[in-house]
Amino acid sequence: MAKTAVQEFTKGLWAEIPPFRLVLGLCPVLAVTKGVENGIGMGVATTFVLICSNVLISMLRNVIPKKVRIACFIAVIATFVTVVELLMQAFAYPLFLSLGIFIPLIVVNCIVLGRAEAFAAKNKVIPSFADGLGIGLGFTLSLGALGAIREILGSGMFYGMPVFGPSFQPFGFMVQAPGAFVCLGLMLCIMNMMGKK
Amino acid sequence: MRDMFKLFIVIVIFSVISGGVLAAVRNATKDRIEYQQLVFVKGPAINLIMEGCTNDPLQDRFKIKDQDKERDFFVGEFDGKKNVVAFETYGKGFAGDIGVITAVDVDTDKIIGVAVTTHSETPGVGSKAKSDPGFGGQFKGKTITEVFKVKPDGGQIDAISGATVSSRGVAAAVSQSGEIYKRLKNDLKNKMKASQG
Repeated sequence: MAKTAVQEFTKGLWAEIPPFRLVLGLCPVLAVTKGVENGIGMGVATTFVLICSNVLISMLRNVIPKKVRIACFIAVIATFVTVVELLMQAFAYPLFLSLGIFIPLIVVNCIVLGRAEAFAAKNKVIPSFADGLGIGLGFTLSLGALGAIREILGSGMFYGMPVFGPSFQPFGFMVQAPGAFVCLGLMLCIMNMMGKK
Repeated sequence: MRDMFKLFIVIVIFSVISGGVLAAVRNATKDRIEYQQLVFVKGPAINLIMEGCTNDPLQDRFKIKDQDKERDFFVGEFDGKKNVVAFETYGKGFAGDIGVITAVDVDTDKIIGVAVTTHSETPGVGSKAKSDPGFGGQFKGKTITEVFKVKPDGGQIDAISGATVSSRGVAAAVSQSGEIYKRLKNDLKNKMKASQG
């Protein structure tokens, strides 16, 4: 039975929330979640690419020959990523500087290609749009949550504003690479415990 | 054979379209990106040396072709007169090039201010060329056409202690801007008269 667009949308928020359930796209998850702003910026950029590429690939799914589908998908995704990169430079330059190399790397983010291959290439435009939006939003929320935890504990700030008094001693560890692994591991653990019930 | 041909055609069409889209987006965002880069990379230095000017030097800029290179010039308005021009030159530092912005009063040929934009000098040592206003302040009021050297080289500029090479790089960059100024002085004056309006 075909699922409705709403179901396609909501599955991305919980049942298939990308980094925690699918455990996909971990490279940006670990690398850019030093703070909430970076995390959400990265999430929004990825969501934009995901929606655009899902819609376009779904529209073209009968035109693209099976044998060269991956090449065509990559061409579509790379185009949108470059568009995002240019727009971000034009309208959010500081964010562009802090995300740096991870923007062009959205091209090889396995979530984007994974959704194109596993979903958009087999479904109609509206469910593909809903799927892209849901997965993208899930990805953004995950990055935002991880960024919030690391920023609050690691530098005692939330969105660049101090949350604790001046006597707070930040865990510098949390904003470094090992902090990302520990934090992600704990979140996976909590998600799995909640899923068990 | 016909199959191969179809694959080929599809990929070519994809590439052509994505190339076209990218070119269009790039063209549309080009000016804004250039401006953003100026604001975030050169802006702080320019605002520092042009303190008290009554216009936005980043908006009032023009290009002059100097030998084989186009250079950006930023105009500062003081007391209702546009008589200060700032531009960037590079000197060899301890680790890579140091970008230096020099602002000159075109009526008196005196230096209004000198500030470092980009560098990769040792933090806490050579980086003082940027963070210590006392060092850049030494150039203030001197005539731009002088040749600047640090004191260990028999010149007139006190080097930053422990960072003679970085100081030498800044002095060389300022001397170089003197050369450019001599070459382009007439062009500069004409352009600035034109913008006086």
